[in-house]
Amino acid sequence: MVTYTGADNPPFRLSMLIYDRRYRSLTLQAIVFILVMLAASWLIDNTLRNLSAMGKTLSFDFLFRRAGYDIPQQLIPYNSDDTHLRATVIGLLNTLLVSILGCIAATILGVIVGVLRLSSNWLIARLMTVYVEVFRNIPLLLWILVCLAIFTEVMPPPNAYRGENPAANMILFDMIAPTNRYTAIPSIGMTNPPGTISLGREGISWAFIAFAVVIAAAWTGWRVLRNWAQRVQDRTGKRPRTWWISLAMFVVPVLFLTWYFGLHLVPPVLRGFNFADGINLDNAFVVLWLALTLYTGAFIAEIVRAGILAVSRGQTEAAFALGLRPRRTMSLVVLPQALRVIVPPLISQYLNLTKNSSLAIAVGYMDLRGTLGGTTLNQTGREMEAMVLMMGIYLALSLIISAGMNIFNSRVKLKER
Amino acid sequence: MKKSVFFGSVTAVALAASGALAAEGDTLKEVKARGVLNCGVNTGLIGFAAPDANGNWSGFDVAFCKAMAAAVLGDATKIKYVPTTGQTRFTALSSGEVDLLARNSTWTFQRDTDLKLDFIGVNYYDGQGFMVRKDLGVSSAKELNGATICIQTGTTTELNLADYFKANNMDYQPVNIDSNAEGEQQYMAGACDAYTTDASGLAATRASFADPENHIILPEIISKEPLGPAVRHGDNNWGDIARWTLYALIAAEEYGVTSANIDELAKSSQNPEVQRLLGTTDDLGKMIGLDAEWAKRAIKAGGNYGEIFAATIGEQTPIGLARGLNAQWTQGGLMYAMPFR
Repeated sequence: MVTYTGADNPPFRLSMLIYDRRYRSLTLQAIVFILVMLAASWLIDNTLRNLSAMGKTLSFDFLFRRAGYDIPQQLIPYNSDDTHLRATVIGLLNTLLVSILGCIAATILGVIVGVLRLSSNWLIARLMTVYVEVFRNIPLLLWILVCLAIFTEVMPPPNAYRGENPAANMILFDMIAPTNRYTAIPSIGMTNPPGTISLGREGISWAFIAFAVVIAAAWTGWRVLRNWAQRVQDRTGKRPRTWWISLAMFVVPVLFLTWYFGLHLVPPVLRGFNFADGINLDNAFVVLWLALTLYTGAFIAEIVRAGILAVSRGQTEAAFALGLRPRRTMSLVVLPQALRVIVPPLISQYLNLTKNSSLAIAVGYMDLRGTLGGTTLNQTGREMEAMVLMMGIYLALSLIISAGMNIFNSRVKLKER
Repeated sequence: MKKSVFFGSVTAVALAASGALAAEGDTLKEVKARGVLNCGVNTGLIGFAAPDANGNWSGFDVAFCKAMAAAVLGDATKIKYVPTTGQTRFTALSSGEVDLLARNSTWTFQRDTDLKLDFIGVNYYDGQGFMVRKDLGVSSAKELNGATICIQTGTTTELNLADYFKANNMDYQPVNIDSNAEGEQQYMAGACDAYTTDASGLAATRASFADPENHIILPEIISKEPLGPAVRHGDNNWGDIARWTLYALIAAEEYGVTSANIDELAKSSQNPEVQRLLGTTDDLGKMIGLDAEWAKRAIKAGGNYGEIFAATIGEQTPIGLARGLNAQWTQGGLMYAMPFR
């Protein structure tokens, strides 16, 4: 009997970890991994040791102590008796609010400007170029401060609206009052309110739920209707006219609910030092939103322009040759291919905007950086904990945005088979 | 500017991580080796600490830095002034960026214990007040319901404000600002109805306005704000030097030792207390690691406590603060130096 021990499978020797190509990369990876871990553990150990030498231990207990300070803008109820944890959540919500609204507004602005920059109208195209170049080449912090200066110095104080002959007048049918503190806009009032359901300290009005249900139902109905129209078109070659049904599905129930609950606008009224009854949009928020939108919009405009230019002219011409109208050419041929180019860099812009929102402190907007990383850090003196927590939250936030956009990207990207 | 907080914190973390920890060291030895005292001061509050057009700092808190530098280094000009905001000041101290914090900071339990600071005494007994425009027609803080109020973040005043309005069942809208300069700007633009900080700070801020007569400081004082210099917790000798330098300035006023007559008194005074203070008899300086004439130099740098007060924030200055609680204990005030023996 011959046992075959071929060269294919030589017995393992230690020297093979270095000289054998199959094992060498594994060896190197293991060494680098160990070095990285050693460096990390050295940093962490050193930090902890030095913190304890300063008499500070790593502890997150402070999050459950009374915060004691007030926050100007709150999306959920908060007062100075709440904990630092709740203050942190308030800050996080403020960060999310300005980031989400900023992303939406910047996308709309960016798409419009990006398309207009390709316009054949010389003046419009040049104006858009100027906007893009001016905004993306000056630091964001300066834009934020410029916007703040405009709002505080140019807008009148609430006092100016007082008296028989006020120095300032409310605009849009006496509905909106821009001031150097906030912009007072009307709130929505109900003459026939249906009551609220309470969720802990917050209450959600049944009217809000009713509207949400109605709109969701209308949207589902619209999808069904569209599928039906598609089937009819596939069968007969003629698409039935459905736009008025879809419109009615949205408008009629909304109008009915508006009438039923007696929804109306409550204009802001100057009472005491400030406007009351309406909603006061803090200037800090408006300024930050505006600056983030204008700044990021300039970058998105360039991304959109690049995306459209990336679809070769031949595609459009081919579509025209097949008899597609310009609008259908855009939506069926150009845009799907342009999105493939646009979406990945767009993700970075959304991430940038979210992280840039931490410049809020420049205008006193109390975002995560202003609450947890600002006042809480200061009043409790827990720099290390607050910083670590804040980094963790921003990291998680960015990863979530990134994951969401990647899912969207995989849906719009070119399907290659 | 606003980023300084962030960088301050990052620095603290970085310093903690790199192991370059000043807290463990001997501050006196370090300062002597460096030849310069790093003194944390306000970013600019007229009367307390503000640079002039040539970049020379002056003021009530700055005078204490000078006294310290004179006592320790023998030269009142060997100081590096580090401007700190309400948010960065304690981090600057605990990270070792400054040796001494003389920045109208309130002595509180939590700062003294949890933040690991040591307040070495009180150099100004203050309280929090409100400033409003005269034409607002407000004469009491109780009438501020619904007002928009500018407030410096990271200060005790922020917490007092919340407590005061809560206790009086009133509402307010805070406008968070980072430094006194920004508060001034927002207040002047009318972005807030009232500006609140320590009453002394309000007086100092008002003095820098073009029209100080159009602004009033409301009578209510809503908190106790004992302001004092602070050092890091753990270096007791350095704390002793700072504490007794402050007492030397206060004691000098009590015994009538001024920057003008100090040399003469050092030679001729028969008062044993003065002799010990000025190092003529008993070498007190040796006990804290300094020479015999440390207190003499400290007093000579800017005068005794009363002289400093009068020159920087007193009634003859634009700020115009009365001595009030800050008079000597012999005059019905709270300034009381422990005995030099």
